[in-house]
Amino acid sequence: MPIKVMLPAAFTRHTDGLKQFDSAAANLPGLLAQIDQSFPALGTQIKGEDGKLRRFINIYVNDEDIRFLGGEAYTFQDGDEIMLIPSIAGGKV
Amino acid sequence: MQYSCSRYELKCNECGKRFGNQPLSACPDCLAPLEIAYDLEAVRGIFTRENIAAGPANIWRYAALLPIPEGFQPDLPVGFTPLVRAKNLGKRIGASNLYIKNDAVCFPTLSFKDRVVSVALANAQKFGFTTVGCSSTGNLANSVAAQAARLGIKACILVPADLEPAKILNTLVYGARLVRIDGNYDHVNRLCTIIADEYNWGFVNVNLRPYYAEGSKTVGYEIAEQLGWRLPDNVVVPMAGGSLIRKIRKAFNELIYLGLVEDKSVRFFGAQATGCSPISVAVKDGADDIVPQRPNTIARSLAIGNPADGPAAAKMIRSTGGWAEDVSDVEVIAGIQELAETEGIFTETAGGVTTAVTARLYADGRISPDQTTVVCITGNGLKTTDALAGRYQQQRAVRPRLADFDTYLRELDGTTEPNSEPELATAGVSNAH
Repeated sequence: MPIKVMLPAAFTRHTDGLKQFDSAAANLPGLLAQIDQSFPALGTQIKGEDGKLRRFINIYVNDEDIRFLGGEAYTFQDGDEIMLIPSIAGGKV
Repeated sequence: MQYSCSRYELKCNECGKRFGNQPLSACPDCLAPLEIAYDLEAVRGIFTRENIAAGPANIWRYAALLPIPEGFQPDLPVGFTPLVRAKNLGKRIGASNLYIKNDAVCFPTLSFKDRVVSVALANAQKFGFTTVGCSSTGNLANSVAAQAARLGIKACILVPADLEPAKILNTLVYGARLVRIDGNYDHVNRLCTIIADEYNWGFVNVNLRPYYAEGSKTVGYEIAEQLGWRLPDNVVVPMAGGSLIRKIRKAFNELIYLGLVEDKSVRFFGAQATGCSPISVAVKDGADDIVPQRPNTIARSLAIGNPADGPAAAKMIRSTGGWAEDVSDVEVIAGIQELAETEGIFTETAGGVTTAVTARLYADGRISPDQTTVVCITGNGLKTTDALAGRYQQQRAVRPRLADFDTYLRELDGTTEPNSEPELATAGVSNAH
C-alpha cells in the first residue's frame, strides 16, 4: 500500500501543477530520493547546497511532525499522508 | 493582487531577492520567511523626533517606518501604551531601574496584537481581500475580529479547541466566524497555511505575515521615545513564535541608523514557559536549530511548539549577550500575582511568564540591579482569569452593620479578642457614651 504525499501550492510549479502523488517510499530519505527522480526541480528547491532538507520545511505524517516520530528513522505505514509545508511562524509573539 | 511602493518591499533575508508588495510570506526559491526592507535614506529627514512628536498619540506617529500603503487613513488609536517605572516590583526582585511596557491596555483589544493586526489589515484592504483570518492562541483572534468588524471586512478565525473561554467570547462578540480546531496551535497554524493556498483570504499571520510582523516594531519605537529618546540596557520579552523580540531590535537599530537615539548595544532576554520552551532551550544549548516541543503549559498564548522565527530569535539573543529563561506554571501564576500586587497591573499568563523570568534573571545575576531594564507585558489578565481559579475564595457576606464588619475584620486578621476603642478613636469618633 502506498503512502500519499501532499504538496503546498508553492511547490507545484515544479510538479506541473500536481498537488499530491502516491509513493512506495519506505521512509523520508527514500521519499526525497524519489522526489529527486520524479521532480528534480522540486528536489533542488527543498534541499540546500549541503543536500539536506532546508530548515524552513516541515514534514508531517498524518497530523504529526515527523521529528516527533523519529525523523528519518521513521518507517512509513500503509496509508500514511505525508505533507511538506514551509514553516511559517505565527501565534502571539 | 500587488502594489508597488518605493519606500518598502518584501525581501528574502536568506537569498536577498526582492518581491515588491504582495501577499506572500515565504521566499519562492529558498522558502525562508520574507521580511519588509525599507529605503531608510528615503525617510531620513521625515522620521525625526520632531515629526514624531507632532504626530498622533498612537502607533501611526511612526507610519513613515511602517509598511502602510499610500493613501491609507488610519482611524484607530492603536498603541502608545504606558511605560511605567516599576519601583515596587523592582524592590521585590532586586532591580533599581525597572520599567514595564504595559500592552495589557493596548487599544482596542488589550494586547500587543492590536499593533500587528492594524498594519496587516491596512495591507489586506490594499490587496483587495474581502475576508481575513488568522490562526490564533487568542489575543490575535480578538484583535482580528474587532478590527475587521470596524473595517467592514469578514473574518474567519481558527483557534485550538482548548482555548480559554474568555478569548473565544472576546472573538465571537465582534461577529467573527470562529472555528475551533481539534489540535494544538501548531496544528491550527499548519491548517491555515493550507487554507491560504486554497482560499483567496488574507491570513494576517500567514500570507500577510511580513506586513503584520512589522507592527511589532512600534513597541521598540515607543520604548525609546518614552525613555526620552534613549535605549534601555536590557529588554525582557515573552516569546511564542519569536517575532516580537526581533522586531523590537529592528526598531532600535533603525532608530540608531537614523540618529534618533545614541548607538548602544541593548541585551535581549527571552521568556518562555517551561512547558513550551523550544527557543529558550535553543539559547541555553547554543543550538542553531529549534527542536520542536509538544506544548503543555497554562501560558497558552505562548504555546507554539515549532516557532518558525525561533532559530533567528535564538541567534539574535545570543548575539546581543542576552539570555533566555523558562519558568514553571506555578511560577507563572506567582508572576501574575506579583505584578498585580506590586504595580497594580493585571496581566495574562504570558505576562506571568515574563515577570517570573525577569525575577529569575535578576536572581541569577544575569542583569545588574542598576541597569535600565524594560519588561514587555503583552496581554491582559482579564482574558485568562481561569488560570487563577481557586486562588481566591469568595468570603461570606457581612451584614451591613459596623459591629459585624468589625468582627469580620478581626476574623480575617486572626484576632479573637475585640479591639477596644483605638481604631474608632483614630477615626475621630468620640468614646464618651
